[in-house]
Amino acid sequence: MLFLMAAGLTLIFGVMGLINLAHGSLFMIGAFACATVAAATGSFWLGLVASLAAAAAAGALVEILVIRRLYERDHLDQVLATFALILIFSEGTRWVFGSFPLYLDIPQLLSGAVHLPGGAQYPVYRLAVIGVGIAVAIGLYLLIGKTRLGMRIRAGESDREMIGALGIDIGTLYTLVFALGAALAGLAGAMVGALQSVQVGMGEPVLILAFVVIVIGGIGSIKGALIGSVLVGLTETLGRFLLPHLFGLFMPPSDAATVGAALASMLIYIVMALILAFRPRGLFAASA
Amino acid sequence: MRNILAASLLALSAGLAGNAFAEPVKIGMITTLSGGGAGLGIDARDGFMLAIKQSGNSEIEVVTEDDAQKPELAVQIADKMVQSDKVDLMTGIIWSNLAMAVVPAVTAQDIIYLSVNAGPSALAGAGCGPNYFNVAYQNDNFHEAMGEAANKDYKKTFIMAPNYPAGKDSLTGFKRYYKGELAGEVYTKLGQTDYAAEIAQIRASGADSVFIFLPGGMGIAFTKQYAQSGVGLPLLGPAFSFSQDVLPAIGDAALGVKNTASWAPDLDNAANKAFVDGFKAEYGRLPSVYAAQAYDTANLILSAAAKASVKDKDAFRAALKEAQFDSVRGKFSFNTNNHPIQDFYVREVVKDGDTLTNKIVGTAFTDHKDAYAAECKM
Repeated sequence: MLFLMAAGLTLIFGVMGLINLAHGSLFMIGAFACATVAAATGSFWLGLVASLAAAAAAGALVEILVIRRLYERDHLDQVLATFALILIFSEGTRWVFGSFPLYLDIPQLLSGAVHLPGGAQYPVYRLAVIGVGIAVAIGLYLLIGKTRLGMRIRAGESDREMIGALGIDIGTLYTLVFALGAALAGLAGAMVGALQSVQVGMGEPVLILAFVVIVIGGIGSIKGALIGSVLVGLTETLGRFLLPHLFGLFMPPSDAATVGAALASMLIYIVMALILAFRPRGLFAASA
Repeated sequence: MRNILAASLLALSAGLAGNAFAEPVKIGMITTLSGGGAGLGIDARDGFMLAIKQSGNSEIEVVTEDDAQKPELAVQIADKMVQSDKVDLMTGIIWSNLAMAVVPAVTAQDIIYLSVNAGPSALAGAGCGPNYFNVAYQNDNFHEAMGEAANKDYKKTFIMAPNYPAGKDSLTGFKRYYKGELAGEVYTKLGQTDYAAEIAQIRASGADSVFIFLPGGMGIAFTKQYAQSGVGLPLLGPAFSFSQDVLPAIGDAALGVKNTASWAPDLDNAANKAFVDGFKAEYGRLPSVYAAQAYDTANLILSAAAKASVKDKDAFRAALKEAQFDSVRGKFSFNTNNHPIQDFYVREVVKDGDTLTNKIVGTAFTDHKDAYAAECKM
């Protein structure tokens, strides 16, 4: 799910050269749309469709109204404007839905746990999320690498003016890319919303992680986003699990738990710093 | 942002003039109204304002501001309220790390602070003071009650809390009364939303029950993921993990979970009935334990203000200490460290029609005092 988020972000950042801090808000919109529609219709699947549609629509709207004016500006202006969007989206959502978390449950089909070979149990829903992540990765690879639209996106990435001169409507193309990135964020939001709580501000912690992922993976690279998200996910989870045990070898258990937990939350940033020290452009820097 | 909720309710007729205060009271309320923890703050604010409204008193002014669950912001707001709003009393903070940042500073300036929720151990023991009244509990209390209640059924519990002052107090409190063995003790990041690693640890630990202290969105995330994981061990917790503000979002995954609190919606006394009915009528939802504590705080202030002028700090402190008000918790009195002496109940999450709510199933402690009162030299 981190991959979905990071893929959308890296697509926008790489192709359009735009820092979009409001990506977390699109994630939140996806989750709220899914929770609302699922509550109204009783179907998680309709909610999922709604989350894609709502996030894509919000993304397109934001692109046309705000972002379009920012391409020529520097990154500081983009950061300021999209940060403002975060605040607007958060307060707007609070205004419409209130401050209390919404209820969104996973569909019957995907609830429960399965036995994996080796005796471990694993929740079906998490398997499904991994499945969706892989499907989106393949889909994006095919879209970017094999289709005409993908060719245009890649062309727009390397030379914005040239592709405009070739008679392609660059404005529409950018709106489309932005909406695609937004839809991925919305999909991630809807799927995570069923695991966590659907509430205002749920997007920001994920946004920070997503930025770490794209920096590690190399800005603008979908492959980098995939590898980066797996790396960050593994580092965080294993760190949280193993570090307290490691410190437990030479410390009293309660101190070990505290130190281990503190260090585990720093671990992904330490990993990021190390990777940047050796590969300043990330693991899979997009050729620019 | 700034929201002066002047209690501009029609003053009751002159017939009630005997209730008029010696001096109007201005209360500064800092609470969490935005971000992930907003549900708690909004419930506290609504409970507090309900009591003021029901009293029909027009001489109380409440200045409410949002701390966004950020200590640095809470400190700024507190400075502003003391210096430019010139408030007489302060209240409202939900989170213990924010309380630690604000309370010592404002009480040192001779402002009386009444806590509606946070009760860090540092302020109950050596750091206690005459200007600090906790109307809610000392942080350890709910957890102590669960530790005591768990002795009956469980021998090996896995315990987990976020890494912040209240989280530490929580597990300390649980361990103080729990006699069984611990299958594991884990501190998680505050605000964490993915618990896959912790659930794997629980599964591997060989525990017979799981005690969690995860307020707000953290509890929602954990309980849902835990239900899906198929671990299936009984869940225990303080009321914060399964309070009315999060139950609708957790859904049926919370059914049957045991939790402990000083209050429940079905607690049988007249004040509680008036509170629960009034809250439902005013806001269209069931109140949580945060709302109940804030409601009591407001009624305590009203009772003291009817007896003494808020400008006469000594008399006002004495009036607060008497705690002569109808608490929704039944009986309520202050210990020597200005923390409550009260009963603690075991509650179970049940389905009442379509709504999930908590029902009292037993009593864990009667007239319980916190463990730090002896360290308080006042």
